[in-house]
Amino acid sequence: MKRIAIVGLPNTGKSTLFNRLTGASAKVGNWPGITVELYSARVILGADPVEIVDLPGIYNLHGFSEDEKVARRFLEATPLHLLVVIVNATQLDRQLALALQAKELGIPMVLVANMHDEARRLGIEIDREGLEAELGVPVILASAKHGQGLDEVRRVLTERLHGARETLANAQVFARDDAIAARLDEVYQRAVRQPRQISNVLTDRIDVVLLHPTWGLPLFFLSMLLVFEAVYTLGTPLQDGIAWLLAHAREMALDDATARWPAVLRSFALDGMFEGAGTVLSFVPIIVLFFLFMGILEDSGYLSRAAFLMDAFMSRLGLDGRAFVMQLMGFGCNVPALMGTRVMRSRGLRLLTMLMIPFSLCSARLQVFVFLTTAIFSPAMAPFVLFSLYVASFGAGFLTALLYRRGLRNTEPLLLELPPYRFPTTRQMLLRGWQETSHFIREAGPLILLGVVLVWFLTHFPFDAAPASAETLAGRIAAFFAPVFQPIGIDSLLTVALLFGFVAKEVVLGALAVIYGVGEDSLAGVMAQRIDGLQAYSFMLFVLIYTPCLSTVAVLKQESRSWAFTALAVAWPLLLAWVASFVFYRTAVWLTA
Amino acid sequence: MTLDQLPTGESATVLGVDGEPALRMRIEAMGLRAGRRVAVVRRARLGGPLQVRVGLTDLIIRPVQARLVRLTIDAPGTPPP
Repeated sequence: MKRIAIVGLPNTGKSTLFNRLTGASAKVGNWPGITVELYSARVILGADPVEIVDLPGIYNLHGFSEDEKVARRFLEATPLHLLVVIVNATQLDRQLALALQAKELGIPMVLVANMHDEARRLGIEIDREGLEAELGVPVILASAKHGQGLDEVRRVLTERLHGARETLANAQVFARDDAIAARLDEVYQRAVRQPRQISNVLTDRIDVVLLHPTWGLPLFFLSMLLVFEAVYTLGTPLQDGIAWLLAHAREMALDDATARWPAVLRSFALDGMFEGAGTVLSFVPIIVLFFLFMGILEDSGYLSRAAFLMDAFMSRLGLDGRAFVMQLMGFGCNVPALMGTRVMRSRGLRLLTMLMIPFSLCSARLQVFVFLTTAIFSPAMAPFVLFSLYVASFGAGFLTALLYRRGLRNTEPLLLELPPYRFPTTRQMLLRGWQETSHFIREAGPLILLGVVLVWFLTHFPFDAAPASAETLAGRIAAFFAPVFQPIGIDSLLTVALLFGFVAKEVVLGALAVIYGVGEDSLAGVMAQRIDGLQAYSFMLFVLIYTPCLSTVAVLKQESRSWAFTALAVAWPLLLAWVASFVFYRTAVWLTA
Repeated sequence: MTLDQLPTGESATVLGVDGEPALRMRIEAMGLRAGRRVAVVRRARLGGPLQVRVGLTDLIIRPVQARLVRLTIDAPGTPPP
């Protein structure tokens, strides 16, 4: 089968072109010599099946960034029939450098000058034949976002593939430090005509407001708040809807269908497998909505502006402004926020951000805290208790970044393009939401299911004991760890609740009701009698800081592709949770004694 | 003079980029090459990054990296790039 690879600088619409050419058929796959998965798809061009591979965005063939190494290793090891270089037509003055370098590789090449519609609007005239003559390769002017010029891309690719031979890149090119500056200017001057003064007036005007020295930051927080509200006010009812549907399906059909099954098997199927599948599904609406709105932030160009605004602060933590956006988004749900870190291309920076996000007080934890604060604390105290938990949430995140910034070093300089403001297309956003969701279900789904079943087993075995009681494995584990949890004011009943909380914070309240042997309606009263304010706060501090949920762990693994990192991301918060609760509880007990 | 010292609103011509090869090439790939005109559009507060306009690209760069870009300031009255 013939094989094409697409290369280009970041933000040139490379993935958009790839998606346009391949539809939604793209799959991630492994390639020899590369640890990162690349998207590829099989399509029919002319009459032949062709494999198209989307390489990560690169600035330079000699570069040393992680993405550039990946692209380089791929090109060194994989013979190609055709190389498609995509450039931003409005920035040919610098982007043609990559085309000139790529030509040296000796692989048959086609150049796609994308965003041609924008270039035309700015008054940039590209002499296509002139450029073809200068470079010696076919040039296509296109706008992948709007689907313009794509038929021609397909036609030229088909034509070029006809009779093309597999070629391996000339590896010497990667080592050579070339002097293309002069040639770049020459080609540009001969083939492109631009007006004397170019500036994107509208973008400049918007930036005067959005990047204003005083108002820029408040406006940034306001827009974050709006996006946050949009994602979660739309997402929560959808999540509730899915939960309602699943509960009904269970009531109407599954309960009856399994009525004759042995009790253990029935409990395994319903409380284990079915609940686990439900946990996976409950994330779907949030992930779709999150990527819809992240798409708007990213494609509109605002995410780079957020980096500009927040960088002075975040760079001191070894992070950049985009990490802060993801941390904020984590306050709704950690899962999509972790997936969103993919915009960061440096692995160190990304892992550090991923270590920090799980401390964001997500809406599931908020449910537990609202319940406990109203149950245990006076109405006058409750808001302050809740507020202090938010402060602790940011504190734990920033402390973690400070402690680990040397180990997970950001290897990339903050050199981001500030693109003109653009409207994202609905098609792009929906496609992204779909891809991310199916990726989550395939990658994180099995792990979540396994975890739910494991916790089901711990809280139900031996099967003749009452679920979650002291006789079950969970009860015995809690008793075993009593010396660890007693000093921080968490008794063995609450310890079992923590074990449940490992699956998802949503189930903690239900679990507490089971553990205390009361209905959820009377739980508040019972708990107020059994535990005091200090114990409750210590418990909430622990719940805030330790592993948010199984789904977060599964996504940490999905995104980092490293068990070692995932283990760290579970162990460190556990330790920090214990230390924080210990310091709080012992100090408070000592002060009130 | 280096890029981090260029006053906001002023323009200059790049003389060259210092630093280790990987970083140098990355800065050059963003358009900051010898001979190109560059202007500082704005600066973020508290020592934050600079917004820089070079050719047809706007980019943000931290002062640490901007220090690697050597330039000569344009004569007053030269139209901005």
